[in-house]
Amino acid sequence: MLVIVCYDVNTETREGRRRLRRVAKLCEATGQRVQKSVFECQIDLAHMEELERKLRAAMDETQDCLRLYRLPETRGAEVREYGRFKAVDFEAPLVL
Amino acid sequence: MHLLNTLYLTTPDSYLRLENQTLAIEHNHELKLRVPLHHLSSVVCFGPIQLSTPLMHGLAQQGIALVLLNEQGRFQARLEGPMAGNVLLRRAQHQAGQDGERSLALARAFVAGKLRNTRSLLLRGAREAKTAEDEAALTRQAQNLAASLRALPASADLDQLRGIEGEAARQYFAGLSLLVRADARDAFHLRDGRTRRPPRDRLNALLSFLYSLWMNDCRSALEAVGLDPQVGFLHALRPGRAALALDLMEEFRPLAERLALTLINRQQLRAEDFVQREGGAVSLDPEARKAVLVAFQERKQEALQHPLLAEPLAQGLLPLVQARLLARAIRGEADVDGAPASYVPYLIR
Repeated sequence: MLVIVCYDVNTETREGRRRLRRVAKLCEATGQRVQKSVFECQIDLAHMEELERKLRAAMDETQDCLRLYRLPETRGAEVREYGRFKAVDFEAPLVL
Repeated sequence: MHLLNTLYLTTPDSYLRLENQTLAIEHNHELKLRVPLHHLSSVVCFGPIQLSTPLMHGLAQQGIALVLLNEQGRFQARLEGPMAGNVLLRRAQHQAGQDGERSLALARAFVAGKLRNTRSLLLRGAREAKTAEDEAALTRQAQNLAASLRALPASADLDQLRGIEGEAARQYFAGLSLLVRADARDAFHLRDGRTRRPPRDRLNALLSFLYSLWMNDCRSALEAVGLDPQVGFLHALRPGRAALALDLMEEFRPLAERLALTLINRQQLRAEDFVQREGGAVSLDPEARKAVLVAFQERKQEALQHPLLAEPLAQGLLPLVQARLLARAIRGEADVDGAPASYVPYLIR
C-alpha cells in the first residue's frame, strides 16, 4: 500500500531544527521524498505502524504536525504526477 | 507471498553505499537512485561496481543477498548473512544424496520437468508455426521428447538418465531455430548446437545470460528454504558447483528459452545488439543487456497458474515454491495420502 507522509516541523529553535532532521531521516529511510516535506512510502501496515510510532517519538506534538495518508492499491492509479520530479516505482524492474 | 525486487547494476563504476537504511547509487559523484532496503531481496552487480563495507553489513543484516557477477553475467561470489534454515533438513538432504534410489527418483523428476516443459514449448511453437514444414518438424521433435519422457522410468541409474537427457537436449537444440521467426533465423540460430564458455553465436549468448539469471534465483530460493545448494542429485558434486541449483533450474530452462524467443520474435533484440569478440565469443552489448534484464524482471511479475497450488503465482516466485516442495520431499514428509511426498516439478500448462 502507498502511504503519504507529510509533516510540518517548527524550526524556529535549534531543538526544532534537530527534530526536523530526525523526522526527515526516518522518512528517507522508508520512502522517497517527492516534495520538501512530503514522502511516498510503499509499505505494509505493520511497517506503517512502526514508522508512525517512530515519527511521533521524534516530533513535538505541541509544535509540529504530522499527517499520514493510506492509499489502498488501485493498480497504479493512486498518483498522477506532473512537473520536474518523477518518482521511482520500487516494485518495477530496477536496472541501472 | 510477496515478490521482493532485485536491483541490477550494470553501469560500470557506479558506487553504492548505505545512507540511512537506503541504498544510494552514485555515478560520477551524482546521486542516481535511492532505494529503501525493505524493497529489496537481492542486489546483483555486473562487473566493476563499487560498494562500501557499511552497505555490505546493512545488506547482510537485512538478509538481502549481494551477488557479484562478471560483465558477462557469470557467477563470481555471493554475500549472505548467517546460513538460514534448519540443520536437520540439510542432514536429510545429505542422506538423500547418498541414497542411490532416492537420488535417482529426484533426478528423474528434474529431468521429467525439463522435458515436459520443453515439449510444451515445441507444441506451442507448432501451433503458431507459419509454414506446414515447420509445424511438422516441431511436432516430430515434440514426439521425440515424448519418447524420451517415456524412457525415463526405465533408466536404471544416473548415467542412463543423463544419457537420455543429453540426447533429448542435443536434438532439441538442433531444432530450436524453428521457433525463431523466419526472417531472424540467419541472425539467431545455434551454429554448432549449444555452445558455452564462451557462447559462439547470438542465440547461445542470450540463452547463457538468461540461464545465469534463473540460476541465481534458484540458488537464492534454495538458500532461503535452508537447502544446501551444492548438494545435488542429477548433477554430480564438484567443488564450487551449485549442483542442486542446477538441478532445480532444469524445469525452468524452457521458461528462459521462451523469453529469449519472445525477445527475438518481437524484435526487441536484433542482430546488432550483440558484439563479436576476439576468439569468436559473442556477447550482448551493454544497452541490450539492460533491456533483457528489464524484460526478465517484468516476466517475473507475470502470474502463472501453478498446478499444485491451484492459484496464480508470479513467475518469479516459482523457484521459491519449488524449493519448498523439494524440501518437503527431501524431509520425507507424508503426503495427503500418507505416502512420503515425492517431488513434482513445475509444469507449464
